Amino acid sequence: MKSLLTSTALILLTASGAMAGKAFVSNERGNTVTVIDTDSWTVETEFAAGNRPRGITLSPDGSLLYVCASDDDTVRVFNSETYEELYTLPSGPDPELFTMHPSGNPLYIANEDDNLVTVTDTESHTILAEIPVGVEPEGMAISPDSAFVVNTSETTNMAHFISTADYEIKHNILVDQRPRYVEYTRDGKRLFVSSEIGGTVSVIDIAEDGTPTLSKKIGFEVAGVLPEWLQPVGVRVTDDGSRIFVALGPANRVAVIDGESLEVVDYILVGQRVWQMAFTPDQKYLLTTNGNSNDITVIDVAKEKAIQSIQVGQQPWGVVVTPN
Amino acid sequence: MLQTIKAVAVAGVFGLFGAATAQAVEVRAGVLRVDYPAMLPISRFDLRPDDLGLAGALLADEDNSTTGRFLGHTYETVTQVAAPEGASDALAAMLADGVRLVVLAADGPDTVALADQAAAAGALVLNAGARDNALRDEACRANMLHISPSNNMSADAVAQFAMWKKWPRWVLIEGSNPADQELAASYRRAAAKFGAKIVEERVFEDTGGSRRTDSGHVLVQRQLPTFMQGLDKHDVVMAADGTDYFAAYLPYHLWDPRPVMGSAGLRPVSFHAGNETWGATQFQNRFEALTGRYSQEVDYQVWLALRVIGEAVTRTASNDPATLRDYMLGDEFELAAFKGQKVTFRNWNGQMRQPILLYDSRITVSVSPQDGFLHQVSPLDTLGLDRPESRCTAFD
Repeated sequence: MKSLLTSTALILLTASGAMAGKAFVSNERGNTVTVIDTDSWTVETEFAAGNRPRGITLSPDGSLLYVCASDDDTVRVFNSETYEELYTLPSGPDPELFTMHPSGNPLYIANEDDNLVTVTDTESHTILAEIPVGVEPEGMAISPDSAFVVNTSETTNMAHFISTADYEIKHNILVDQRPRYVEYTRDGKRLFVSSEIGGTVSVIDIAEDGTPTLSKKIGFEVAGVLPEWLQPVGVRVTDDGSRIFVALGPANRVAVIDGESLEVVDYILVGQRVWQMAFTPDQKYLLTTNGNSNDITVIDVAKEKAIQSIQVGQQPWGVVVTPN
Repeated sequence: MLQTIKAVAVAGVFGLFGAATAQAVEVRAGVLRVDYPAMLPISRFDLRPDDLGLAGALLADEDNSTTGRFLGHTYETVTQVAAPEGASDALAAMLADGVRLVVLAADGPDTVALADQAAAAGALVLNAGARDNALRDEACRANMLHISPSNNMSADAVAQFAMWKKWPRWVLIEGSNPADQELAASYRRAAAKFGAKIVEERVFEDTGGSRRTDSGHVLVQRQLPTFMQGLDKHDVVMAADGTDYFAAYLPYHLWDPRPVMGSAGLRPVSFHAGNETWGATQFQNRFEALTGRYSQEVDYQVWLALRVIGEAVTRTASNDPATLRDYMLGDEFELAAFKGQKVTFRNWNGQMRQPILLYDSRITVSVSPQDGFLHQVSPLDTLGLDRPESRCTAFD
């Protein structure tokens, strides 16, 4: 049955050509990556991706797939067409999440076990720098102008602003408990930091001179759900900044926040333990990984409705979609 | 490699001080563990490591210092182990040394006495050991906060699980020592609180020297079933053995095949080394790398006590015990503790609100509070003494 499925998938792949959009989902417990066709919303295949794959991203041209294989202490790099593993990159111990320079080089990696951010050259495959940060670094983002990499540390509860020029930390902003994820607006004037245990999203505004200021904390409230389970993790902002989507972990919902008022306008019911999210390149759809129901939910962004769920591997964690 | 990382870290510190606007704060804390004469544990897995609790302090210092270096805050924690008769002098030495933040791992009466001694010096005490209910109730102290869960909280955690399972008929088997009796009282209270019925109680007398070694299990196998014979119909056996002399033998040696909970079988713990949910893997990895052994409850509790201090220092930029205490007991305080939700303090008796893990000595079987047990303040307040029943007035 399995081989039959695979061959069917191969035929589909050949038929639909190289331009078809694909979503790659890292399955933390299944040690695999699931490939989904974003036109038909069907699973194309699933391939082994090392031990405990979590953070996942693509090179700017979409040809290379980078996976944090946390328990292998390495970043595995795959051909995004053939799914063949090409090589590994030194990542430092226990890589969890990373962010890539818009040029495709370097990669900035959070080492959760070692209180470090490792900067890895994706061409020479060498480590350029190790930057000491707070305890349990996790969230990673690069500012649209590439001047800063922001890292959050889960036990220190800070967002660290690291200059990409000299790898020095220039600013630290205290946020609520267990900051998980960072997301910039496209204009780079604002960023959002989710605090899983604090139950809030911190809004940090960036002044002209680059100084970050904590300007607001967004809280969540869902009738019939204990406040303790409203645990924000993944965050995505639309390119026009009009909507902010926040995955609420064990609350099994994605909050929709208005970009102007910063008020929550809706909650979309998705799968269980919703974790990370990714837009399709046209931003028509938002995909969420649901760790406990082993599926992903497809959200229609304009309608703000969940339209489909797709079974993937065991404990899906991260998701990335091929660029146009 | 480690060496290099450390060197980079130090370079980072100096780099940061230039940019940081924060003021320097020096935090000196003390950990005092009091060791009591005790028989060998039933299982050698429960042997006390020399650095029990102190290892938690070492890890907390590392964690707090990593955060502190971004703010100009430094942490130094002195640790000491004393015999009961030397505990007061050990604390006096710490206080004379200027320590005003003290973490204690001692029994109930000593914890109260040491807290009073610390109060005279204006010091704040965090109890990371004693589980006696009285310390949270009539014997509470304004300068004493409790990190370890109370016996009542632990019993309530087990009771909720039993009720969730619809196992409401209990047999209570208790030891004859005062610590066993207090635990038994907690299970009686939990039964009344959550609607369970204790169909029968039996006391397993501590006749001294009952540790079964070598072929001891042969006797246990013959004696315990007859002791457990002829009980009324029941769903669960609740064991109350605060001194670790019999409960470990109960599972599989009953007359009627029933699950054992409480002091054996399914046990309520603040933490255990197999726990890896909610990011706890990171705690375990750091602890094991530092100590070369698995973490125990007291390690976690001491670590958590010092993290409470660290969090309060981070948010207040103060090392003043009164300022820190106010912050800890205030609405702003919250802390992630690898338990899936924030921990906070009951500001009316100083007890930390926290989930309790139900542990089968291998995995986390469940976590209380259970679904459906609600409370007007927090579901966590369904565990242990609640405000209306509290006789604690020191926090008024």
